[in-house]
Amino acid sequence: MASLVGSRVERKEDKRFLTGKGRYTADINLANQTYAIFVRSPHARASIKKLNIDKALKSSGVVSILTGKEIADDKIGGLIAGWAIRSEDGTEMKCPGNPPLAKDNVNFVGDPVAVVIAESLAEAKEAAEKVEVDYKVLKAVTSTADAMNGDTIHEGIDKNLCFDWLLGDRQKVKEAFDKADKVISIDIINNRLIPNAMEPRACVADYNAASEEITLYTTSQNPHLSRLIMSAFGNVAPEHKLRVVAPDVGGGFGSKINVYNEDIVCSWAAKKINRAIKWVAERSESFLTDIHGRDHVTHAELAVTKDGKFLGFKNETIANLGAYARVFGTVTPTYLFGPCATGVYEIPAAYTNVKAVYTNTAPVDAYRGAGRPEATYTIERLVEKASMELGIDKTELRIKNFPTAFPFKQTLVHTVDSGDYVAGMEKAKQMADYKGFEARRKESEAKGKLRGIGVTSYFEACGIAPSAAVMSLGCGVGLWESAEVRFNPTGQVTVYTGSHSHGQSHQTTFAQIAADELGVPIENIDIVHGDTDKGTFGMGTYGSRSLAVGGIAIVNACKKIVEKGKRVTAKMLEANPEDVEFKDGEFIVSKSNKKKTIGEVAFACYLPGVRDEMKSPLPEGDEPGLKETSFYDPSNFSFPAGTHIAEVEIDPETGHVKLEKYTACDDFGRIINPMVVEGQVHGGLAQGIGQALYENAEYDETGQLMTGSYMDYTMPRADNFPEFNIGYTCTHATTNPLGVKGCGEAGAIAAPPTVMNAVIDALGGQEVTMPATAEKVWKACKNLKKSNAKAA
Amino acid sequence: MGKISLEVNGRKVEKEAPDNTLLSTFLREHLQLTGTHIGCDTSQCGACVVHVDGNSLKSCTALAADVNGSKVTTIEGLETNGKMHPMQEAFKKLHGLQCGFCTPGMVMSAVDLLQKNKKPSDTEIRDWLEGNICRCTGYQNIVAAVKEAATKM
Repeated sequence: MASLVGSRVERKEDKRFLTGKGRYTADINLANQTYAIFVRSPHARASIKKLNIDKALKSSGVVSILTGKEIADDKIGGLIAGWAIRSEDGTEMKCPGNPPLAKDNVNFVGDPVAVVIAESLAEAKEAAEKVEVDYKVLKAVTSTADAMNGDTIHEGIDKNLCFDWLLGDRQKVKEAFDKADKVISIDIINNRLIPNAMEPRACVADYNAASEEITLYTTSQNPHLSRLIMSAFGNVAPEHKLRVVAPDVGGGFGSKINVYNEDIVCSWAAKKINRAIKWVAERSESFLTDIHGRDHVTHAELAVTKDGKFLGFKNETIANLGAYARVFGTVTPTYLFGPCATGVYEIPAAYTNVKAVYTNTAPVDAYRGAGRPEATYTIERLVEKASMELGIDKTELRIKNFPTAFPFKQTLVHTVDSGDYVAGMEKAKQMADYKGFEARRKESEAKGKLRGIGVTSYFEACGIAPSAAVMSLGCGVGLWESAEVRFNPTGQVTVYTGSHSHGQSHQTTFAQIAADELGVPIENIDIVHGDTDKGTFGMGTYGSRSLAVGGIAIVNACKKIVEKGKRVTAKMLEANPEDVEFKDGEFIVSKSNKKKTIGEVAFACYLPGVRDEMKSPLPEGDEPGLKETSFYDPSNFSFPAGTHIAEVEIDPETGHVKLEKYTACDDFGRIINPMVVEGQVHGGLAQGIGQALYENAEYDETGQLMTGSYMDYTMPRADNFPEFNIGYTCTHATTNPLGVKGCGEAGAIAAPPTVMNAVIDALGGQEVTMPATAEKVWKACKNLKKSNAKAA
Repeated sequence: MGKISLEVNGRKVEKEAPDNTLLSTFLREHLQLTGTHIGCDTSQCGACVVHVDGNSLKSCTALAADVNGSKVTTIEGLETNGKMHPMQEAFKKLHGLQCGFCTPGMVMSAVDLLQKNKKPSDTEIRDWLEGNICRCTGYQNIVAAVKEAATKM
C-alpha cells in the first residue's frame, strides 16, 4: 500500500466549502432565537456616570437589556490573561479586571457596556440606539512609546506597566560589547496589525432548561480551552453543563483564540432569558474589538568584530498590550519573543528586556507568528545593517554566524534539535538567482528605477509546547494535545482531535496520517473536531502546533490500536503476540504467515462472546471494543527554519514599491501534504508582505481607530503579489516520531524583514518604517536624490 | 414590506420582505442559502458575490427589490446534476481555498471572469479578483485554479 504521508491528497473538506454547504456560526439559526447587539463605548477612556435603559426597554421587540451591573450581581467573571509573567525584580505582573460588560470604566473604543436582546436584529439595533450612557471622558493613552508617561489607566498600575521583563544576562552582554570592534544599533517599530480573518466573529448561545445545559456555537480556534476559561474564570456554568461548538470557522490567525466578551455575555444571558441568542459581528466591530497584533517599539544593538563575528546582542522593547491583558497577550512579547531574539546565529551573550504597557486601544494578543515575527524583524534588520556597515555580503555574514552543529544550544533558552541553515541559504540563493541580482539592478537603473534585494534567515519555536516548560514559564495550562481513535465494528475509523481546523486542512492531513498508521483507506476515516461534547479535551490550534502536537497524539493512539490488534490476532490465530507483525492494514503471524485484516480484528473486538466452537478473541485483561486515546505532551518545541529572499523595484517618481520576486526556502521537517504546506506558506507570506508594505492599524491621539474598515485598512489583494517561488530543504525533527516541525507561521515571520531589507537596500540604506507606503518611500527617494547630488 | 419574485438557482421564489432588505440578506435569511457569505460592511470583501442575470454582483450592494424579477445564481446553484462546475473542481484540485469563507464569492467572481475573458493572463486574473479579499491563500493557488478552469470551460 502506497504511503499517503507526503502525497498531494486533495482535501476532504473542500466539496462542502465549494458548494455552499460549509456551516459557519453565522449560518446557524435556532428555533425561537433572539438577536443581540452590543452597546459599545465610543470613547477610548471614560468613566460611566450614568447608564439609562428605560427608553430602550420600551422599544419594540426588546426582550432584555443587560449591563455591567447584572454581570457583577451574578458574579460572572472577567476575561483573563493566560500567562503570569514576572518582572526582572521578581514581582508578579499587574493585570486589571476585565469584566465582560464594563460597569464603571471603559478603556478602549468598542469596550462593551450593555447588551440589547430583541426579537429581530433590526429591533435590537434600534433599541441599542436608545440606550443612554453618560460618560465622563478622560484623557486617553494611545502611544506605545509614551504609555509609561501617560495618565494611569488602571488604578494601582503605576506607569501603565504590566511588567518589566528580562531574559538573558546584562553583565555578560556588557562585557561582550566592551570587546566589540563595532556596535550596530537600530530603532524600529513593529507596526500594529489587525488579523482580519474573513469570517467576522459570531456566537449563538442556547439554554436547555431540561438538562440545564448551555450550548455555545462560536468562532473559536480552541473550543475546549474556551469552555475551561468560561467555566473556571467566567463562572458561566460548570464544564459538564457547558458545551462549546466551533463549527466551520473562517480563519483565525490567532484572533479566535481568546474567549471574548460576547461569548460570555450571550451564554450567561441565554440562560437568564431562557432563549437562544445570536450575535454576529459587523466588520467594523471586528476591527474595533478583535485582538490586534504586534505593536512594539524597539531599540536593539549588535556587537561585532571587524571581520563579522557576532559577540553580543541587546534588545530593549516596549510592547503594547492594549487596554487589557488577554489569553496570550503577556506571553507573546516575552517567551514567544525573547528566546527567538538572537535568530539563527551563535551570539555568546544576549538579553532581551520588555516593558509591557497598557494603552487605551484594543487588546493586543497572538497574531500569526506571535512574538517570533517581531524577534525576527529585529535581528534580521540588524544583521542587514551590519552587512552594509561592515561591507560584508549579506549572505556570507549570515553563514559566518550560523551554528555549525546540531543540536544547537542557543544562548538564551532553546536547544534546536535539527536543521541545516547553510543548505537552506545556498538553496535559496540558487532559487532566487542571487548572483544575477547586480545585472537586474542595472536593468532597473536603466529604466530610472531603484532595485533592492533583501535576505532573511529565520528560525521559529513552534509546536507549542512542552507542558513542563510552559508551566514553569507562567502558562496557566499544559499545552499537550489529545486524540481518540475509534473503530466501528464494520471497520471505519473516526479520529477525534483536540486541535481545530479553521483552514489548516486537518480533515485531510490527519486522515493521511491515520490511514498510513492503520492501513485503512482514507475514505473510511473521518476526522472530528470542534465540539466539546465529541472529543475528550484539547488545547486547540495556534503556534503551528496542530501537526507537531495534535498529529503525534493521533499517531500514538493509532499505535495503541495496533498493539491491541496484535494481541487479538494472536488469540484468534493461536500465536504469540510477539510473533504478530502489522503492515498495510494486516496482522501477520510471522511463523505461519496466517493473517487477519485490521477490519476483521476490529469486528472481532466487538464480538467477544463464545458460541459453538468460536472462542472469544479477546485476550485476558482486554476489554471489548476498539478505541484508544492518547494525550501527547511534546518533549521540546519544534524549530522550522529557512532563508527567504525578496527583490523590489521602486519608482522614485511615485514611491511605489513593486515586489518583483519572492523566494522562500523552508525546512519544515517531514511534510505530510506538500499541497497544503504550499498553501500555508503562501498565506503566511501574504500576511507578512502585508505587514511590510500595506497594513497598519492606526489610532489618533484620542484613541479613535483611524483604520476601522476595509476602506482604511489596506488588506492585501490578488494584484499586490508576484508568484511566490517556494522550495524546501529537509531535516527531520528528532523530538517527535513523525519528524515534523510546523509550517503555518513561517511566511508571516520571515517576510517582513525580507521585504524591508530589500526596500532599504534599494533606498541606499535609508530606514523606512513598516508599512513602506508610497508616501514614505517617495520621501526617502527624494532624500536619496539630494544626497547623491551632494556626493556628485 | 414588498413582494420579491426571483428565479434563484433555477427555482422560482416569491417572498415578502421589508423594503430595505439587501439581496445578500434575502438569500441568507429568507431563502436560507447560507453559502453566500457576509465578510464586511463596506462592500469591499466580495464574499457575497452572486450572479444576477448572468453577471457577477456583490449581493450586499443591491436591495432585493432592486433585482426583482431577475435570475440569480448563488454558489449553491453552480453544480449541475450533482457534478461540480469546472471552477469548483479546479479550486479543489489546486488548493484554491483554505478556510472556505471567501470561497463562494471568489468562485462566483472567477466564473464571471471566464464568461467575459476565456483565456485571461495572470495579470488579468489578479486585476479581476481585486474586489475579492482572501486572508488564507495568498491568492497564488486561486490564480492557478482560474487558469486551470479556463482550460476546461
